[in-house]
Amino acid sequence: MTEVNYPVDIDVKDPAERAGLPSAIDPSLLAAKPPAETLARDRVFSIENLTAFYGNAPAIRDVTFEIYQRMVTAIIGPSGCGKSTFIRCLNRMNDVIPNFKTEGRILYHDIDLQARNIDPVGVRRRIGMVFQRPNPFPKSIYENIAYGPRILGLKDDLDSRVEKALRRAALWDEVKDRLKRSAWSLSGGQQQRLCIARCLAIEPDVILMDEPASALDPIATTRIEDLMHELKRDYTIVVVTHNMQQAARVADMTAFFNISRGAEGERSGVLVEYDDTKTIFTQPKDSRTEDYVTGRFG
Amino acid sequence: MSVAQEPAAGPAAIQRRGRFRPGDAILYVVTCAAALTGVVLLGLITHEVLTQAWPAMQKFGLGFLTTQAWGDKGNTLFGAKSFIFGTVVTSFGALLLATPISLAIALFLSELAPRWIRSVVAPLVELLAAIPSVVLGLWGILVLGPFITGTLGPAIHGTLGWVPIFSTKPTVGSNMFAAILILTIMIIPIVSSICRELFVSVPAELKDGALALGATRWEVVRGVVFPYARAGIAAALILGLGRALGEAIAVTQVIGNRVAINKSLFDPGDTLASRIAGQYQGADTALQVASLVYLAVILLVFSLIANLAAQLIVRRVAGRHQV
Amino acid sequence: MSANAPTADLFRSERMRRRRIVNRLVEGAATVAALLAVALLVIVVSSVVRQGWSAINVDFFTKTPAIYTGFGPRPASGISSAIIGTLIIIGIALVMALPVGVLTAIYLNELAPRKLASVLTLAFDVLNGIPAIVLGIFVFIFVVVGHGQAAWKASFALAILMVPMIARSTQEVLAVVPASMREASLALGAAKWRTTLSVVLPQAVGGIVTGATLATARAAGETAPLLFTSALYSDSVSYDPRQPIASIPMFIFTSAEQADPVLHQQAWGAAAVLIGIILIASLIARWFADRSVRRLKGER
Repeated sequence: MTEVNYPVDIDVKDPAERAGLPSAIDPSLLAAKPPAETLARDRVFSIENLTAFYGNAPAIRDVTFEIYQRMVTAIIGPSGCGKSTFIRCLNRMNDVIPNFKTEGRILYHDIDLQARNIDPVGVRRRIGMVFQRPNPFPKSIYENIAYGPRILGLKDDLDSRVEKALRRAALWDEVKDRLKRSAWSLSGGQQQRLCIARCLAIEPDVILMDEPASALDPIATTRIEDLMHELKRDYTIVVVTHNMQQAARVADMTAFFNISRGAEGERSGVLVEYDDTKTIFTQPKDSRTEDYVTGRFG
Repeated sequence: MSVAQEPAAGPAAIQRRGRFRPGDAILYVVTCAAALTGVVLLGLITHEVLTQAWPAMQKFGLGFLTTQAWGDKGNTLFGAKSFIFGTVVTSFGALLLATPISLAIALFLSELAPRWIRSVVAPLVELLAAIPSVVLGLWGILVLGPFITGTLGPAIHGTLGWVPIFSTKPTVGSNMFAAILILTIMIIPIVSSICRELFVSVPAELKDGALALGATRWEVVRGVVFPYARAGIAAALILGLGRALGEAIAVTQVIGNRVAINKSLFDPGDTLASRIAGQYQGADTALQVASLVYLAVILLVFSLIANLAAQLIVRRVAGRHQV
Repeated sequence: MSANAPTADLFRSERMRRRRIVNRLVEGAATVAALLAVALLVIVVSSVVRQGWSAINVDFFTKTPAIYTGFGPRPASGISSAIIGTLIIIGIALVMALPVGVLTAIYLNELAPRKLASVLTLAFDVLNGIPAIVLGIFVFIFVVVGHGQAAWKASFALAILMVPMIARSTQEVLAVVPASMREASLALGAAKWRTTLSVVLPQAVGGIVTGATLATARAAGETAPLLFTSALYSDSVSYDPRQPIASIPMFIFTSAEQADPVLHQQAWGAAAVLIGIILIASLIARWFADRSVRRLKGER
């Protein structure tokens, strides 16, 4: 199968960003990162030859790499390259889509996530997800956070659980006096932090984030990114982003996905390169990666 | 395009445009008159019904509502008490049975069923609504009634006879229980189709959010779908109740038409709508007719309340979700 | 904070099992409920068909009810008078209700100021919810008392029933016509009335037919208004709209009350015919609805 490299349109939001790409990635940011070899490398996920199909069309093909514990791993790439599809495989959220199937394996702490005796409900307890647009439930702030623990039967000490989660998500001070108010009364950025707190309340192991800041203003975005820095001390974070600066700012490891065309012209996403962030952005090994991060196609 | 070729485009034509067009006026008046018929009819109906009921309202006053009688004392005493009782018992009884079934059907069609099952079952449930009440009543008399006296009634009475509502054995096929069952069949399609649309309109991202927290499908429904749709469900139930309150034909065919307040559902009774339908033919005296119309007034009040309540809920919800 | 054994939950645990069981139970209950509804439909319709089948033959559709002297078994005959009567009654009702419904929808959707439109819409929604028996009593008081029953008075009662339904479905389809189409017509210099009648209304025809067909199907099955306006208790045959005439719902209603098995059988047959009419009408309505949806989508 020949891979044809097309300059594919990325929907980079800010044209100014796009114009100044090479210099927009602050070298000092990257210098601050220790080289990945010195970081502890416990494997959380081991993805082996993962191919995912909607019906008969493969959305991602033959993806193989590893995700490590207590790091932020960013998935970047042009739109349509299957980033969201990939990340939703990690917590089996794609199960709700009819005609979806996968080939290949996803090992989570060496356990095959797609084995028959694995319950997706249990998977999602441990591998949480934050979505692109904040989606708080039509309930009060307190009830939103309490929803997860209640389902799991962790009904004792709900108040302190809720408080702990809100503190972790850096939202406690802003809402502590109005916990009974509707969650929809919060601003967009606050709602997203609420969703993160909701996720934290059930004490996951991994947090998946599908473009968590793309619907937020720059200030709210910065707060989410600061949050990611803090959270990675305790959780493994995998974040999908179309914003390369964001990846450079927050991620320890970065995986670059691209669209490739098959023999009959069908498009699917493939993993092009995976390395620590500094390498991806300063010395990428693959020319396609270099083209992408320098904005040559976009 | 030169002006010379199109004299109509000159200043004269523009002047004409400012003037009133008779065609517009005619359309406005005609359509406005049509639209006003709704209000006019409502007013007419209320007025006429109140006027005709007035003799009875004057004679009996509000005591009518607490008197259990029909044609007693030489055809001079009439009261609505047993019919109000029958209306309330049958309507709410039917609502009680229909609510879980309708919600379950709506859940099935919106969340559970694969597409092909959905496209088969949904039209069938709607078809249930299309069965005319007189046909359901016919089925009630000739099929359901014997079934109740022969099989179902003795079975329930045998096992649950100690419960007051099942304390007698059905001897005739026409009783309140039959009416409740028939009304339930009528309510189910209405409530389930409204609820189904409600459930479908819950945003997928809300459901995804709950799923991502490790909730089972039922937990998603209970925690997110029901709260989101709660007002709409209430409106649907009230609409169903309104339907049951007003049903005359099918009920009068199966309820037994007795002026009685009985504890047991297996005994006959009567409702407001059913009595009007059943007694109309035999109404001789003016007082009797006026009393029947008095019943219609009470029924009208009930159904107007139910209807307005449902409409208000719907309008309030529609306003909120537009934000 | 990762739990010590993050993978423990992946496998079935006790609490997990309970939640799964509850989930399964609810899914099962929902399926049972849906099957119950379908079963009810099948039971009722199959009763009608099974029982009514033996009554249906050519005579059923062509003969009028036989004169019964009361001696011996009742001769089975036909309900042609009832069928024709129903067609007459709902035909007149449609003639009354369709213009009013469509014009109402035009006013509410195109011409009325917003606040007035919502008040009037509320009035029609309330009118929609008035029980048919109350409508029957109203028409009885309004035009029957002192003047006698008549088929057209039955049509009047049914028309009151039909107008809100036709108005609502016409409104829905008018709302779908894109504003740009109206604006284009107005920009060409056409008057509002011409725009409405020549440009907007033709687009809505599919929806109007759908609404009218559904309203007719509903009205065909209504019995309560007929009790007060067109209740024919003898076997006489009349097609004069100024007199009460026979109708299928009244035939079923009165036959069901009798103890005569021949009449019961005929009632089943009449019920089958009635359901058949309603079914055909619903299918026509649905076909029209699909067609106009496809048309609108294609033209976009």
